[in-house]
Amino acid sequence: MREHLLSMHDLSAEDVLRILDTAESFREVGTRVIKKVPALRGRTVVNLFYENSTRTRISFEVAAKRLSADVINFASGASSVSKGESLKDTALTLQAMGADAIVIRHASSGSPHQLTRWVRGHVLNAGDGTHEHPTQALLDLYTMRERLGRLEGLRVAVVGDVLHSRVARSLSFGLVKMGADVTLVGPATLIPPDAPAWGVEVSHDVDAVLPKLDVCYLLRVQTERQRLEYFPSVREYSRLFGLNRARVTLLPEGSLIMHPGPMNRGVEIDSDVADLPQSVIEDQVTNGIAVRMALLYLLLGGRSAAGEEGEGRG
Amino acid sequence: MSRILEADDVRRALTRIAHEIVEREDQSDVVLVGIADRGDHLALRLAGEIRGIVGRDVPVGALDITFYRDDIGLSAEAPEVHETRIPFDVSGRTVVLVDDVLFTGRTVRAAMDALTDLGRPSRIRLAVLVDRGHRELPIRADFVGKNVPTRRGDDVRVMVTELDGEDGAVVSEAEPATAGRGGAA
Amino acid sequence: MGSELLFRGARIVDPASERDAIGDVRVRDGAIAEVDDRLDAGPAEVFDCDGLVVAPGLVDLHTHLREPGAEHKETIETGTRAAAVGGYTAVAPMANTEPVADDASVIAEVVAAAGKARLADVFPAGAVTKGLEGESLAEIGEMVDAGVRIFSDDGRCVPTARTIRNALTYARAFDDVTIAEHCEDVSLSIGHQMHEGLTSASLGLAGQPGAAEHAIVYRDLEIARLTGGRLHLCHLSSARSVELVRQARSDGVRVTAEVTPHHLILTDEDLAGYDTNRKVNPPLRSAEDRAALRVGLADGTIDAIATDHAPHAVEEKDAEFDRAPFGTIGLETALAVVLTELVEPGMITLPRAIEAMSTTPARILGARAHGGPIEPGRPANLVVFDPAERWTVEAPFASRSRNSAFLGREVRGRVRYTVLHGELTVAEGKATR
Repeated sequence: MREHLLSMHDLSAEDVLRILDTAESFREVGTRVIKKVPALRGRTVVNLFYENSTRTRISFEVAAKRLSADVINFASGASSVSKGESLKDTALTLQAMGADAIVIRHASSGSPHQLTRWVRGHVLNAGDGTHEHPTQALLDLYTMRERLGRLEGLRVAVVGDVLHSRVARSLSFGLVKMGADVTLVGPATLIPPDAPAWGVEVSHDVDAVLPKLDVCYLLRVQTERQRLEYFPSVREYSRLFGLNRARVTLLPEGSLIMHPGPMNRGVEIDSDVADLPQSVIEDQVTNGIAVRMALLYLLLGGRSAAGEEGEGRG
Repeated sequence: MSRILEADDVRRALTRIAHEIVEREDQSDVVLVGIADRGDHLALRLAGEIRGIVGRDVPVGALDITFYRDDIGLSAEAPEVHETRIPFDVSGRTVVLVDDVLFTGRTVRAAMDALTDLGRPSRIRLAVLVDRGHRELPIRADFVGKNVPTRRGDDVRVMVTELDGEDGAVVSEAEPATAGRGGAA
Repeated sequence: MGSELLFRGARIVDPASERDAIGDVRVRDGAIAEVDDRLDAGPAEVFDCDGLVVAPGLVDLHTHLREPGAEHKETIETGTRAAAVGGYTAVAPMANTEPVADDASVIAEVVAAAGKARLADVFPAGAVTKGLEGESLAEIGEMVDAGVRIFSDDGRCVPTARTIRNALTYARAFDDVTIAEHCEDVSLSIGHQMHEGLTSASLGLAGQPGAAEHAIVYRDLEIARLTGGRLHLCHLSSARSVELVRQARSDGVRVTAEVTPHHLILTDEDLAGYDTNRKVNPPLRSAEDRAALRVGLADGTIDAIATDHAPHAVEEKDAEFDRAPFGTIGLETALAVVLTELVEPGMITLPRAIEAMSTTPARILGARAHGGPIEPGRPANLVVFDPAERWTVEAPFASRSRNSAFLGREVRGRVRYTVLHGELTVAEGKATR
């Protein structure tokens, strides 16, 4: 694997398979009494979370600790960066601390790219603005492969606010890379007009798409006022695109319902639907740790860019 | 490149090791754990031989030691990961680790660390098909198929039908300026 | 430095006199003394210009010198030094300083500072509206008396058709005064970071469609048509804008237009690495837009190349993409990138490039001492450059800032000498003061 994981475009199809297969082994580690292996002993992983996300940060923290790495958490309470240090100054401080890997979540698209210019360690994008969230996409691919046995040829719909969703981008790029058929579904104002160039279909009629799916992937729809200029009301969105009980019957038997969390119950998904057995939303959380362990292992398990001259030996 | 074991040699060696295990160990608590990935297949074969001798199944598992290696971070890529599959408790058992080649001893060291994270075996024995010398750690095999003297830089490879299409072992001489392989046995 | 200079054996490219031939140029006491095939040295300091080009000093219609108010980014001294190093003898600094140049006092300050530095002549632009607020007209008459010929709210777009109509109409009372517009419909560009297209969709950055510009280009052309005023369009970036200008010009509308080197050379795909030095407004657009800009420059629809030199301090640009200010410096690289990317591949001729970078901008600005012709008696404002010298664009620059969209790029074309009113401001590629 390359030095950093900033975008799904950094990975080839072989890389993705390697990550998923490696994650299998880490899943097995998670079933042991001692859920820890010494693989990354002595390495330091920094969690640099400018956006509040307890779930993802803890997932990364557990992953790093299960690999016996040391973890430093730098979580900024508010997302306003005008308070306190600039990103560059923070990066230089982390560099001085000897961070082998920096997991960064930030509200500005492109921050992980910029971080790579200022630090020598490996940079892992845990979500940057509306750009990408590759680890989420990878754990979603893992869940799909585990439940459905394959990725190639899977028919997946990504439903909701694609325009502002980093998960939608990473997932679409990843699925297309692995040979799946992806359809983006949502109001015309929330799907980038150039999206078909990503190798996906676009539809504004969710009822037409549901009967032909293996996976229905729902995005969180923001209901803050700025978002509301893209559609008239939450009620209309829910009526046209929300996954309610009636719509669920349109899904083929054996298909999956997925959501990256946290859910807006009653907007993109109804409460009773979220708890149905074909909904694998819980699995997505469990698999997250194994996938993140696989990523940390694959990134840091090779000769580090920042490392001294250790030659391969017998 | 020269051949050090033919298919028949492999078969005879495994049969002999099976007999030795049966003679020396108390069969009631022996379990075999093969070190992935060739040791895994050899362990399954040994289990078959032992069943032939005592008429009973021996529990067999596969252990991937990648995460316990002491050379992670020294090669360009992270070492490749295999599957661990040990569907029984190792605590209180006589664990016979099975590997294809014993070289520096570092793989076995990693295997013992992994095993002790999984439980507390009452004793650990080591069975290898080929012992090629050049130990870097104080580790010795209890059951050996064949002792083969080699030069430090040589490359010794065991083949098993399940993965390579045939059984055997070969040694290739070192290139004059090559360092040894990373993470070898 | 003697008061007599002789540039010997250069290719003299001077669109104003329609000259493109090898020859010698003698400069004496601030003026061109002689131009001929072969001149005797006499008491002159002789510069062997074999393989070099002599042209009228470049004139930048659109630059930001940041003084007064933002001297940490650039000062009039460092900015005019950057201009000289880039081969410029005259620049038009925009009015969006602090305080805004909306009356004669700020204009006088800027002119005085440049006079002290003696590195380039400045022809400051005055604001169109007071404080750039977009409402009431600035003290246009007072500034005309102070020598201003071009007015612009650049940085901002005049918000209503009514106000731009008033400005264009009012300016008609004065001779040769131009109103220059930065065309941007801000309701279409809210939160924008770059051009709206496939690249912005893939990078997760809010985009601004080409229509944000050409909607205003259309508006202002209609108002220019209505009022008969003189309109200049700053930094065009979109194909449709070029089409609109072409059509309006053929209808007789009095419009001129400029384009920047970075819009002629880069596209939105060049933002894939989130390089904030390429975050500019108007944004770098698509390959189709770039192609149309090149055609427009070649066929004369676009009159001039202007740098929109926009310095920002390192700590401002070295930030998250959406927090970085818009702008790239450009005075020191303009000639080189135009030569390398447009002239060498044959998209435009060298005389056309000089016309766009000197002759025409001087005329639009009313900068009579600049732009050629290179003829006896004319003020000696010249640039002498080696079109073949290779160099890599990298810090440090003569500019106080280093936010160049072309950082790291290998280019060909280096200024050896710049002559300002007969004195060398640049010798052997380095500023003399």
